[in-house]
Amino acid sequence: MTRLSLHGLRKTYPGTGQAAVHGIDLTVESGSLTALLGPSGCGKTTTMKLIAGLIAPDAGEVRLDASPITALPPERRGVTMVFQDPLLFPHQTIAQNIGFGLRMRGLPPARIAESVAAMLSRVRLDGLGDRRPAALSGGQQQRAALARALVLQPRVLLLDEPLSNLDPGLRDEMRQLIRSLQQETGITTIVVTHDQAEAVALADQIVLILEGRLAQQGPPDALYRRPAALAVARFFGGVNFLPGRSQGGLFHSAVGPLTLPPGAPEGDHVLTLRPEALRLGPGPNPRTARITSVTFLGTQTRVGLAVDGTALQALTTPDLASALVPGGEVTVSLPPEALWLLPPEATLSDPGQPIR
Amino acid sequence: MRADLRTLAGLALAGFLVLPLIPLVGWSVAQGWRFPDLLPDRISAQAWTFALSPQSGVLASFATTTLIAATTTLLAILIGLPAGRALGMYRFRGRSLVLLLLLAPALLPGIAVVFGLHGMMLRLGLAGTIPGVILAHLVPVLPYMTLVMAAVFARFDPAFEDQARSLGATPWQTFRTVTLPAILPGLMIAALFAFLVSWSQYLLTLSIGGGRVQTLPLLLFSFASAGRNDITAAIALLYILPGLLILAVIARRITGRGAALTERLHP
Repeated sequence: MTRLSLHGLRKTYPGTGQAAVHGIDLTVESGSLTALLGPSGCGKTTTMKLIAGLIAPDAGEVRLDASPITALPPERRGVTMVFQDPLLFPHQTIAQNIGFGLRMRGLPPARIAESVAAMLSRVRLDGLGDRRPAALSGGQQQRAALARALVLQPRVLLLDEPLSNLDPGLRDEMRQLIRSLQQETGITTIVVTHDQAEAVALADQIVLILEGRLAQQGPPDALYRRPAALAVARFFGGVNFLPGRSQGGLFHSAVGPLTLPPGAPEGDHVLTLRPEALRLGPGPNPRTARITSVTFLGTQTRVGLAVDGTALQALTTPDLASALVPGGEVTVSLPPEALWLLPPEATLSDPGQPIR
Repeated sequence: MRADLRTLAGLALAGFLVLPLIPLVGWSVAQGWRFPDLLPDRISAQAWTFALSPQSGVLASFATTTLIAATTTLLAILIGLPAGRALGMYRFRGRSLVLLLLLAPALLPGIAVVFGLHGMMLRLGLAGTIPGVILAHLVPVLPYMTLVMAAVFARFDPAFEDQARSLGATPWQTFRTVTLPAILPGLMIAALFAFLVSWSQYLLTLSIGGGRVQTLPLLLFSFASAGRNDITAAIALLYILPGLLILAVIARRITGRGAALTERLHP
């Protein structure tokens, strides 16, 4: 059981001028399964390599429990990283690959064979130990790569985009395997991903990194429902943003006063409401809205609305949306318990800008 | 069908290589073999007995040549492997200049560098010594080694090394268990070529060795110019021995790898 912490970790690649990682402070609790989430190029993989010791930081420290490991070479950190590509050694069999780390530690062959056999069956590769990596499917290779790291029982396990090379069907299987193995072993695990749905489904803690900085950390539903900043809300699919002022339990904005949940902070804020929480039909905080668009998305339908000239979006079931036609009018309600206030930000002047 | 073709190609190659050797074998055992005669007057082992006797110096020379070629190859690996890695894996300022400098000895005629090299060896006190000859042989050998290793490393994914380190391997264990097996086929070819380039050096050995380092090509030429066809033929056969062995090894590796590849495609 090991707690991992990063203190002011910073890395700039030579020649780029721009920091890949801007002084990250982060604590990953012992035994947790944490998703390091962020768009491509936000510094996730760099952060992982800094933790694994494969690159050296310009500043800052990596600690396991209380002891700094920043100066240790990768092989002496007790941190094992599994890359996006399985990177199985092609000249070794699957069993030899899985036993690699144990051989490097100089364990007796009988003990290695025993551990490898147990691991092979744990990742459902029984009978494939004598094959070469090229004879395995992509999913099998990924499981072998996971087994090769887990057999070492590292203090911290790092998985870089473990699902991105897999077909959608295999992805779910691998996700469940990672979760169950993590819960069995209790190894502090960090999974890098750019997919917020994957992070929400897999991890019990999410660390969101935007542009090389820590944007928010917390359990998935906290980032989803109580984002700390506009960029976080946008990353999790937030589309409804109303600038205004909170006073005495009411939010004054372009759509008129809205009743806020109890305990809402006072002052200038940006109000956000998840599109699936915007209810079509009468209820608290009712408004009359004009329908601007109806888009069928499969399991859901997206409805574009205009309330007093302010654009809002709702996600609803296709059944409920079947009667809606663009140009028509509908009563909508904004339930107070679903309203969340964000600190105001300059970036709101350009709300259409997607976060990369 | 494919097996037949392969056999045919093998026979053609063997014929191409073996046929020119038959007269050589003939010369080495012939006594009094004059022009229109189809066969020599007498067969004798005299040339071979002389060539393998201590007073001919052939065996000592064989040992010297082997020592020089093996040491040159070893040094070329020690220098050319890291250099080839840098050239193959990284883009850096001055890379094309390094490549040009490396290619220069392979492009320039040997005779152009011999005199400068000789002056340098004299100043270093290495003229006429085996270490001097080895250093001189590195001039044509190192470009081969470095360029082949650069091509090998250009196809090697360094992420495998990161993965090995993260699994607990020290830098040396990583090289031995991950990098070396990946580059070994290329390294072997490069080493065999390096060995042969050194083995067949004449001009550099003659000038830097100053006649005191007697390698097999030097001995071969002196017997050839003395008009002893039988002894020359016997030495020539000894001289091409490593070349034939190396060819056999390479041919085996290439066909062996081909078989492994098809096996992988149809498991």
